[in-house]
Amino acid sequence: MSLLVSVLREPAAIRSLDGRAWDLLIRQARHANLLGRLHYRLADAGLGAAVPAHPRSHLQSGAAMAEAQHHSIRREIRHLRQTLDAHGIPLILLKGAAYVAAGLPAARGRLFADVDILLPQERLADAESALMVHGWVSSSTDAYDQRYYRRWMHELPALRHLFRGSVLDVHHTILPPTARLKPDPRLLIEASIPVPGLAGVRTLALPDLILHSACHLFHEGEPDNLLRDLTDLDLLLRQLAREDAAWDALLDRADRLQLVGPLRLALRYCQRILDTPMPERIIARSGCQAGGGAGQRLLDVIYTRVLRPQHPSTADFFTPLARRSLYIRAHWLRMPPLLLAYHLAHKALFPPTPETRPLSNEKIDPKDRA
Amino acid sequence: MRVGDLSPAEVRARLAGDGLRIAAGPFHCRLQSDIGDIADELARLYAHHPLLDDGEFIDFHVSVQPGHGIRRWLRPQARFAVDAVEPFTPLPRAQALPMLEWGLNWCITAYSQHLLIIHAAAVARDGRAAILPAPPGSGKSTLCAALVNRGWQLLSDELTLVRLDTGEIMGLARPVNLKNASIDIIRDYAPEAFLSHPVRDTTKGTVALMAPPQASVEAVGEWARPAWMVLPRYRAGTPPTLTQMGSGAAFLQIADNAMNYHLLGSRGFAAVGQLVDRCRSYSFEYSRLDDAIETFDRLAADGGNEAR
Repeated sequence: MSLLVSVLREPAAIRSLDGRAWDLLIRQARHANLLGRLHYRLADAGLGAAVPAHPRSHLQSGAAMAEAQHHSIRREIRHLRQTLDAHGIPLILLKGAAYVAAGLPAARGRLFADVDILLPQERLADAESALMVHGWVSSSTDAYDQRYYRRWMHELPALRHLFRGSVLDVHHTILPPTARLKPDPRLLIEASIPVPGLAGVRTLALPDLILHSACHLFHEGEPDNLLRDLTDLDLLLRQLAREDAAWDALLDRADRLQLVGPLRLALRYCQRILDTPMPERIIARSGCQAGGGAGQRLLDVIYTRVLRPQHPSTADFFTPLARRSLYIRAHWLRMPPLLLAYHLAHKALFPPTPETRPLSNEKIDPKDRA
Repeated sequence: MRVGDLSPAEVRARLAGDGLRIAAGPFHCRLQSDIGDIADELARLYAHHPLLDDGEFIDFHVSVQPGHGIRRWLRPQARFAVDAVEPFTPLPRAQALPMLEWGLNWCITAYSQHLLIIHAAAVARDGRAAILPAPPGSGKSTLCAALVNRGWQLLSDELTLVRLDTGEIMGLARPVNLKNASIDIIRDYAPEAFLSHPVRDTTKGTVALMAPPQASVEAVGEWARPAWMVLPRYRAGTPPTLTQMGSGAAFLQIADNAMNYHLLGSRGFAAVGQLVDRCRSYSFEYSRLDDAIETFDRLAADGGNEAR
C-alpha cells in the first residue's frame, strides 16, 4: 500500500514519519492532486500541529490552491446562472462544481480545473449559442475532435472562456451514447435538487452524484486523477452513510440507471483501498467483494495499480501496462468495436501533441495543478 | 558542511548520482544533472550554502538533464524536471545552468501559496528590508547586485517571500540573475564577486549568474521586517531622485507585482495592505550606482518606518 493511501486511511500514522517519509508523502500527494485534501484530512483528525514545518508549508499551499479554485468556481457558477437563466435553461452542476456549490465534505481541499454542467439534450444548441455570446468558445480546433465529441460523446468539446480562461464541460448525459450502459439523463435531471442559498442553481442528488462519480472513475482512461476520484467517492459514501436506508436507495437507483456495474466497482475499491465503511447487507447485495472470474481478477490487477498515487515511487513492472489497458478498457466501454478501431487508428496516425510551455516567470494560475 | 567544502569531483558525482542536497533559505533542494559542464559553476554559485543530510525533507527534487536520443548530440537540449514532471519545453543545452535557476524560481512560485510572493528584489540592513519591485529592464537586478556588494544583505533578487502570518520577509540568498549590459557593469563594480560565464541568446538575452555574498548566505535564516518599498528606474544622466509615493500607488505597485495576489484572495489583500503600512514607499531614479548606494545607505541611517 502506498504511503499516501495508508495515511489517508489512518492519519495518526504521521506521528511516526521521519524526514524521508514526509518527503515521499508530499510527493505522492502532489502527484495525486491530493495535497489540499490531505491537509484537511490531517487537520480534521486534530493532527495539524503534528506536521513538521516543511511538509506543512506544502499542505497549506495545496489547501490555498484549492480554496482559490473554489472561489473562482463559485464565480463561474454565478456567471453561468445569469447566462443560462436568460434562456430559461436550468443550471445543473456535476462533480467538483456540485460539491463546492452544495458545500459537501467531498469539496474540502479538492483540486480541479473545470466546471461540469448537465443540460437536457434538446436545449444543447440554445445553450451553446448563449454561452458563446458570453465569451465561451470551443477550446478544440481539431476538426476530428469536434466531430468525435458532437457525434459520439456525452459532452461538447470543452469550452474555454475568452477572458477568464476557465474551462466548462457541457454534458447532455453522463456516459457516451455509444457506450453499452445507457443511464437515462432525464431521470438525473428530474431528481436534481436546488442548492440552498443559490437560487436557480441545482446539483444532482447525492445518490446520483455517487453514481456519476463511479461512472466517471471506471469509464475514463486518464489515470492521474483516479485516486483523487476514489477519495471523492469515499467522502460521498461516508456522507450517504449518515442515513442507513440511503444505502438501499443507492443500490435501487443504480438498478434504475443501469449503473450497477460501476457502483459495484466503486464500492469494491473504496472498501478495499480506503477502508470506506459499509453495511454487510450492502456488500452482500451488491456483490462488491465477490471473487468473480478472470475478468474481475484482471480488473483488480489493473485498478490496484492505477488507484495509487501516480508517482514513480509506487510504480511496479506492471504499472505502465495497467495504465495502457485502462485507456483501452475506457474506450472499449465507450464505443462499439468498429468505431473504437476507427478512433484508435486515427489517434495513432495523428497523435495529440503533448502540453508543455516555454519557461517564463508568468503568474501562477489558480487553474494550474498545484 | 557547505557546498564549497566538496571537491569539484565530488560535486560532479553527487549531481550525476543521488543529487546535491542544499538549503536555499527556507527551501531544501535536491539538484541532479548529468550535464557535467554546469557542475563547477554551480559549486561556485552555491559555495556557501549548507549541505543537507540524506534523511532530510526535500521541498524540490529538480534536475536538468540532456535531451533524449539524438537530441543528446544534435542541437543538444537541456530538460528541466521537478520530481519527474517536466513543466517546460526543453532549451538549448548551453542554457542548462540558467534553466536550473529559472526552474527553481518556478518551483517556488508554483508550490508556495502559503506565502505572498512578489516579483521583486529584496535587500536588508540590520534586519530591515527594502523591497524593489520593478518591471524587467528597470535595472532592479543590477541595483540589487550592487547593493549586496556594498554591505546590504541579499534576501532575493527575483522573488520576495512574505510570510502571511508575521509579514516578515524570508531570505533566499540564491544567485543573482544579471542580464545583458548589467553583466559588465557588475564585473567592473564588484570585481571580487563570482560571475558565471555569460550565456547568450536566451529569451532574456545574455545572462550570467552572480554568486550571493557569503555573509548573505550565512544570515539567510534571519528574516527581515519590511521597512521600505523602492521602485527603481535607471535613467542615463539623471541625478539620484527619491520621490515619496502615496500608499495607494504603493499598494497597486506591490499587488501588481505579487505573483499569487489573485490566488490568495482576501489574505493577499491583507498581506499587501500590511506591507504598505509598514513601508515607506518611494520611486527612485538614478544613473550612477554609487549615488544609488548612498541614497540607500541614507535611508538605512534614517531608521526606516518603525514608528508607524
